[in-house]
Amino acid sequence: MAEAIAAPGLIGKSSARSTAERREAHSGWMLSLPALVLLFMFILLPVAAVILMSFTDYELGYTGFKWVGVENYADLFTNRTFKRSLWNTTVYTAIVAPVSIFMALGLAMLIESEGIGRSFFRTAYFLPVASLLVAMATVWQYLFHPTIGPVNALLRLVDIEGPNWLGASGYVLYGLSIIGVWQSVGFNLVLFLAGLTAIPRELYAAAHVDGARSSWDRFRLVTWPMLGPTTLFVTTISIINAVKVFETVKTLTEGGPNKASEVLLFTIYQEGFVYLRVGYASAMTVVFLLILVILMFLQYRIQDRQVHYS
Amino acid sequence: MNANTFTLGRALRLFIVSFGALIFLAPYVFMISTAGKAQSDIFSSSLNLIPQNLSYVANFTKALTRVSMTTLLWNGVVVCALIFVIQVVIAIPCAYAMAKLKFRAARVMMVLVMLGLLVPIHATALPIYVAFDRAALLNSYFALVAPFTISVFGIFLFLQFFRAMPDDLIHAARLDGMSEIGIIARVIVPNAWPAITAFAIFSVVAHWNDLYWPLIVISNQSYATPPLGLLYFRAAEAGDDYGALMAATLIITFPLVAAFLLAQKRFVEGITMTGLKG
Amino acid sequence: MSKLSLRNIHKAFGGNQILKGVSLDADENEFIALVGPSGCGKSTLLRILAGLESADGGEIVVGDRDLSPVPAADRNIAMVFQSYALYPHLTAAQNIAVPLVMRNLTRAQRLPLVGPLVPSQRKAIATIKREVRDMAVSLKIDHLMDRKPGQMSGGQRQRVALGRAMVRRPSVFLMDEPLSNLDANLRVHARGEIVELHRRAGVPTIYVTHDQAEALSMADRVAVMIGGALLQLASPQVIYDDPQHIEVAKFIGQPRINLFASQVAEDGMVAMGNTRLRPAETLTAGTPVTIGIRPEFVAVSRNSQHGLPAHIDRVEFLGSEIILYCRLDAVGENVIAKLSPSEGAGLAAGMPVRLQFDADRLFVFAEDGRRLPSLPVNADVALETAHG
Repeated sequence: MAEAIAAPGLIGKSSARSTAERREAHSGWMLSLPALVLLFMFILLPVAAVILMSFTDYELGYTGFKWVGVENYADLFTNRTFKRSLWNTTVYTAIVAPVSIFMALGLAMLIESEGIGRSFFRTAYFLPVASLLVAMATVWQYLFHPTIGPVNALLRLVDIEGPNWLGASGYVLYGLSIIGVWQSVGFNLVLFLAGLTAIPRELYAAAHVDGARSSWDRFRLVTWPMLGPTTLFVTTISIINAVKVFETVKTLTEGGPNKASEVLLFTIYQEGFVYLRVGYASAMTVVFLLILVILMFLQYRIQDRQVHYS
Repeated sequence: MNANTFTLGRALRLFIVSFGALIFLAPYVFMISTAGKAQSDIFSSSLNLIPQNLSYVANFTKALTRVSMTTLLWNGVVVCALIFVIQVVIAIPCAYAMAKLKFRAARVMMVLVMLGLLVPIHATALPIYVAFDRAALLNSYFALVAPFTISVFGIFLFLQFFRAMPDDLIHAARLDGMSEIGIIARVIVPNAWPAITAFAIFSVVAHWNDLYWPLIVISNQSYATPPLGLLYFRAAEAGDDYGALMAATLIITFPLVAAFLLAQKRFVEGITMTGLKG
Repeated sequence: MSKLSLRNIHKAFGGNQILKGVSLDADENEFIALVGPSGCGKSTLLRILAGLESADGGEIVVGDRDLSPVPAADRNIAMVFQSYALYPHLTAAQNIAVPLVMRNLTRAQRLPLVGPLVPSQRKAIATIKREVRDMAVSLKIDHLMDRKPGQMSGGQRQRVALGRAMVRRPSVFLMDEPLSNLDANLRVHARGEIVELHRRAGVPTIYVTHDQAEALSMADRVAVMIGGALLQLASPQVIYDDPQHIEVAKFIGQPRINLFASQVAEDGMVAMGNTRLRPAETLTAGTPVTIGIRPEFVAVSRNSQHGLPAHIDRVEFLGSEIILYCRLDAVGENVIAKLSPSEGAGLAAGMPVRLQFDADRLFVFAEDGRRLPSLPVNADVALETAHG
């Protein structure tokens, strides 16, 4: 108000209220400035740089670079390693995501309806999520060892000669998928358990009264639709995490044998940080980023179609 | 009501769930068992869970001498702590401003945050690596920590949490004469502990376990984080000395698993909260 | 049609007796309100009736069929839930259709994709659609049929919930506090509608509520349940004017009934001020009893010489009536009186007054809460002076 009196010509425009507004905007800027600067430095700028570099032939260690247009991209689609890598990632995702989702959903419903040992089971299945994957991958390497590994020793008990899970090109993706499922079920399970607990009990009561006789009827009428948002989220996360598989491959197979376990991030890592072909690796990174964008876009689309539940 | 199906259905249910749990826990059982086995033992009887002649001491000595485990664990703790503290210090004021203050950039920032959620370290690693290489910043705590100082996910999580806080709380604090920083320190943070713990769990689990970025920026063993160190150890052991290898994995897995077992409830709450809102 | 009987229903949760042998009969057109404080077991009784929980003992008979072993889905008992329990992912029309779909379509006909291939599925679905439509029209919600519960107001959701319950013509109708989530205005309006719907449906209805005004205004008979036992089942008027138990008298009536501890005198009478009552049964002198009188039967006067001297603590003006909070000078007990505005004109806090109790309206309760039928005896001068 003091300002308004001092400058009568500006009354209205610089009333006390708009001074307060300006101060609020100023604090807003100040408080978010550090985050903004870092966001630019470590996310926006690097993403822009990756896109730009993907049009160059830049290699680390060399001083200059030249623009090559879409040549890197054209190369990618004739590059057998990259195609193999995309295919392997797809197969791995196609196994790990659905299996870990449905296993988690089934287990969550069993645990939810079972009174005993709820928290014990939750802990047991969740433990792999909290464990260091590189370390547990090493344990799995031992478990999967073709001669001294317990898995094949068990199979031998029932007279099956187990394969070389991580060493045979026909099996390595399945071996890695088993580890992938083992590692991600617990996370999905915890989310499904939370989703199940959030379903109002009265809906099940209503379903009983409305004539839903079998538990399958009640699942179709109440559980499945009510879990919709959780399932959508779990699906997106599971797919993205499967696409990002790296630790187990790097630790156990290095993409082998014979590129049978080349996956997207491992190929990018090799190209960019081992062979130091930054421009080429950038083009791969852009493809990787596009896959993530498409997945997120699909999630938003599906989410939008579901009308808000009360 | 279902007195007859009660026992059978329930027994089946318990069996499935227990059998699954057994399979999920088996790797841990074998890890502990093998860490105590001598080389000969491992080759002769892989299904025997109890070691014939206990070699825990020998295996653990090997694991502790080949690679400096204490350095690894210490590096892990330092890196995770630095990352978490800086993330929170940067993200909370920003989230508060976006949730509770009116300023024009807030909407644009919301878009940036949503875009940022999409971008993992794997996508930004190349240019950051090139820049750090040019600036001779590789092989340092700085290189390990810097790219993670900004957590868009943290901003998003706190934003959701702060939006649910009543505006009147902040108005009252302003009437009491607090500055915006004072409001954050004395009103927002004390009320945001559930979100902060949830985020802490998310952040520490992610960065303790991360292999990709340390693998890229660290080539000097003295800055290695636990996953990277274990990779070195494996390379050094090369062969099939699974006894020592399991001892090493046991040492490295233990801290986070112990933390999880001690604070399970918080872990699960944290994952549920960050999971469902993320 | 059908008549509903509950016989000696028992239920305990972990050694905690929730229902202590409840018996109740409802005629085919009867609307019974089951009222009681929260935790009295009324909701449990309703859930047992619906088949959502099983009783430890007792019988549920509808018509002449014992329903105790029948699962909820096969009982043909409809229920309206407190939260309405509408399926949030289905539209209003789909919600109302659920009971019909579950009952009238076979499992094969219900399957997605495969269902339409099953013969007669289209005809069955057309019938269901028509019935849903008719129900919506009769509830005046036909314009809401494509909305989901999240897009409806509380009152609209409540109607959809009613539609879902009524559409399949149940043999018994249960309602669990269906109005408690509505705002005050809507609630009063909805009372009349539910009663009207009940008349049309013509089946026994059990309506659970903790709101005595709802119970008294809607029901043919009111069942008062306290502590797992059914204390009285009677018409609203009888429940109010002639409570058979002290807990019933305490629970029903606003403001609450005045209660005074007393004991049986040497001559077997019970005295209250200048009024003496003779219990129907002979009681030994000194037996503790409780005397009750409703606030509207306490007369207040400023200049009368009769009645018990008291002071006014507080006056509450409620528009159509005035509530006086008084304190008896002799024993310091609180008495609440309800007056018309004209009777209460000029009264203010701190004033000395005289209170007189309507002798015909005094209740006497035994120590165990049972009502002791008693008749007033003409005033005794000696006693009056002794007390005054």
